[in-house]
Amino acid sequence: MGDQRAKRNEDKGQGISPAREMPPPDDVSTVSLLRELVAHLRKNRTQLREEWARRITAAKLLGAMTSEEMFAEATSVYDNYVEVLETGAVEALQAYARDLSERIIPRGVETDEVVGIVLLLRDVLARSLFAKYQTDFQLLNRILDAYEPAANRIANTVAVGFVQERERIIRQQQEAIRELSTPVLQVRERLLILPIIGVIDSQRARQLTEQLLRGIRTNRAKVVVIDITGVAAMDATVANHLVQTVEASRLLGATVIVTGLSPEIAQTLVTIGVDLGKMNTVGDLQGGIEEAERLLGYKVTPFSEISQQPI
Amino acid sequence: MEVPILKQGLYLIASIQAALSDLDLVHLRDALAEKVGKFRARGVIVDVTVLDVMDSFASRTLRDLAHMTRLRGAETVIVGIQPEVAFAMVQLGLTLEGVDTALDLEEGLAFLDKKTKRHASRG
Repeated sequence: MGDQRAKRNEDKGQGISPAREMPPPDDVSTVSLLRELVAHLRKNRTQLREEWARRITAAKLLGAMTSEEMFAEATSVYDNYVEVLETGAVEALQAYARDLSERIIPRGVETDEVVGIVLLLRDVLARSLFAKYQTDFQLLNRILDAYEPAANRIANTVAVGFVQERERIIRQQQEAIRELSTPVLQVRERLLILPIIGVIDSQRARQLTEQLLRGIRTNRAKVVVIDITGVAAMDATVANHLVQTVEASRLLGATVIVTGLSPEIAQTLVTIGVDLGKMNTVGDLQGGIEEAERLLGYKVTPFSEISQQPI
Repeated sequence: MEVPILKQGLYLIASIQAALSDLDLVHLRDALAEKVGKFRARGVIVDVTVLDVMDSFASRTLRDLAHMTRLRGAETVIVGIQPEVAFAMVQLGLTLEGVDTALDLEEGLAFLDKKTKRHASRG
């Protein structure tokens, strides 16, 4: 029996293609078989669900969830699974998979766990079908013919939905990082600082420059300190972006001071021969702000020294 | 379209009102170079706030203007370059080298005050 089943799985191999529309089960016998199947699964819901939950625990899947949560989730997956087997409505399943992913991804559930539990359910249900129809081999064959393609599609849809949800979250986070990582801050009247952290690519450099130029305009800045302590590496392209930023700021009448060049970056820049002659560089952010204050005509004096002076 | 040139104390202020043709720019350059001598001006401000394009000819003409007026005894400062224009300019490699720039008219006046005072104290 096992051999035959393996062979059938091979034949159904082409059924595993992501997000494919489920063809309407036009074959009357398939429809009636699926209906019988669904009735069986509904009848044995409690028992099969428990069996499934037991198998999930045994396989150490969904470790991030408590057993109650897991059981609740398993119940709803089970019901949806059976419903899709009955109606063949892939859209509803896709929506459910998205919803499920939204709930479980923040809990640290991995892709292999999700695929694992769906495949376990498929296995649990198949075994229950074996047990029920083991006396009638012909009928079992036809039942499995109806069941397996549908089950494969469900596994597929859930896996694809999960991965898509992940990708959506990654995209969203990238966007957020991009937005957050380029703050233009005013530290004093007419003095802005722009701390750059992480990797600068062309797109980010452009965004950075645009944001800085807008900041210069709205804050009427005269001096800008760009701190690149948080930039790990710099190549010729990035250095040229920096030079462009400095020059564009100058066209708006602002002086730029670049601070926080690490020894490695300094060496790289000298080696590749980027012309940083137009740039005003100071060792660290503190020095940069002090230089900027000097340019703006500020003098910071400790309060104690002021109070000692005669007024 | 003629650019009005206003005299304000020791300075001349050229306030561009609309997009200029190449010929208008050349006229502006020549008029300023001439008026610097006529009014004995110490500084020139060219306000380009309304320009939303600055091509290579325009930036070269402005640079020439600055150098010409400097030779005739007046400092020039370009004011009001828009952020988008500035960004486009550096991408095209037009950086107005050797020309002073300021955010707006007010800043330009403050800049010239500082610069001419320094010259006066030195001289």
